[in-house]
Amino acid sequence: MTDRLIPFLARPGAAAIGLFAAIGRSAIFAGRAVWGALTPPYYPLRFLEQLLVIGYFSLPVVGLTALFTGAALAQQIFVGGSRFNAESTVPAVTVIAVVRELAPVLGGLMVAGRVSSAMAAELGTMRVTEQIDALSTLRTDPFQFLIAPRVIAGTVVMPILVLVANAIGVMGGYLISVYRLGFNSASYLETTRAFLEVDDIISSMVKAAVFGFLLSLMGCYHGYYAGGGAAGVGRATTNAVVSAFLMILLANLIITVIVFG
Amino acid sequence: MSAAPDKPRRGAALEIAGLRKSFGDKIVLDGVNIGALPGESLVIIGGSGAGKSVLLKCILGLIPLDTGTILIDGVDMSEAGGDAREEVRNRIGMLFQGGALFDSMNVWRNVTFALTQGRARQSREMRALAVEMLEKVGLEERVADLRPSEISGGMQKRVALARAIAAGPDLIFFDEPTTGLDPIRANKINHLIRGLTTDLGCTAVTITHDMASAKIIGDKVAMLHEGRIVWTGPVDQLDRSGNELVDGFVHGRAS
Repeated sequence: MTDRLIPFLARPGAAAIGLFAAIGRSAIFAGRAVWGALTPPYYPLRFLEQLLVIGYFSLPVVGLTALFTGAALAQQIFVGGSRFNAESTVPAVTVIAVVRELAPVLGGLMVAGRVSSAMAAELGTMRVTEQIDALSTLRTDPFQFLIAPRVIAGTVVMPILVLVANAIGVMGGYLISVYRLGFNSASYLETTRAFLEVDDIISSMVKAAVFGFLLSLMGCYHGYYAGGGAAGVGRATTNAVVSAFLMILLANLIITVIVFG
Repeated sequence: MSAAPDKPRRGAALEIAGLRKSFGDKIVLDGVNIGALPGESLVIIGGSGAGKSVLLKCILGLIPLDTGTILIDGVDMSEAGGDAREEVRNRIGMLFQGGALFDSMNVWRNVTFALTQGRARQSREMRALAVEMLEKVGLEERVADLRPSEISGGMQKRVALARAIAAGPDLIFFDEPTTGLDPIRANKINHLIRGLTTDLGCTAVTITHDMASAKIIGDKVAMLHEGRIVWTGPVDQLDRSGNELVDGFVHGRAS
């Protein structure tokens, strides 16, 4: 009986141990990244460079995502609301949905797809070509030089990106409501303003900062531990995006339950 | 071929004792004992999978060792505190097998990286220093502003060599310095390494399976086989070591 049971349990057991080991390693990695950011030497130019890479160059994709999603959402609320004569809820529901959920989550996912993969590919290539080992032999801590600027930049810049996405998402809803669904412009804006609360914006910013931290951390983590040549870098890139997506969605659920539960 | 005896030597002493390293069940280093005197050039030869690269990474502190000691000028690198270990590590240079140049930076920033840690400071002085280092390895000033991807493999190796010596190390490691180079470029790199280490007076440790490299670069040769040092001797005894494994390796015979 035991002879049959042990092989049967071995695979899920190994998977569970692997999962806990990965969680532990990620936590230690995050701790080292934060410690690297807090202790000198600092690399302000590399931080500014990452602000550009993660923030500025993500603006088009995040902006377009918010615009299309806000517009589609308004259309759906209008169609769905018309079933019980609630078309007038479009501005209020749109602004709440965009600011609380869609802009931070979809913005986070879009930036993760763009940035986490790029970070994993870049750091993974540096790992397999021994550039990260070279840093250590050149009196430089890879965590301070490579990881900390990326993680801190991701955490700082995501709230700004999401703030822009909030505005553009609401504008998407406004455009389709006013120019296609026949809403009055002034009353649409007035309703939007009336239903938007400061807490909504704060929760949006908090989510964005957490998502920025997670997506840059996952990109760095998988790239830093990449191995096995080009195939290993490819795996690291895929794993970075998948784990960043999952972490963002899980963190969103946790923050939503805590803030609005 | 030995380092110039009348030059003042300032290299660091390296002493490795009982070094063991395993990955899971696989024992890679099984009690390595080897050393190099200040200013001496030690070459470690061995076949693929013998543990040469792991040995080098253990010495550099890139991977932790299981047991054993690595003493550099008497400082135990596995036991010493942060500052003492950093002080010693700051005296070490390293030439990686593939060069490991930072492809996001131009050549002169790569060369001076050990001095700037990648920060944009004293750019004019640093560039001038880089050009001086490049001249030492036989490269022209025009190379300084190019990216690593814009120069040939042989030139990349020279740039990596310039980077390794830029901070004036007392102990320098070379990992397969001629891999991927044609025989003419390999010969040039070998003589360049020999000349630079002699001029600098630093201790050099080279791992290679290229016998031409070993004979040009080394004062002393050690053979690593299945995680152990099986023979050590002066380079001029390499062809008459009396050790079956060494003879087989030197003459390309399976033993």
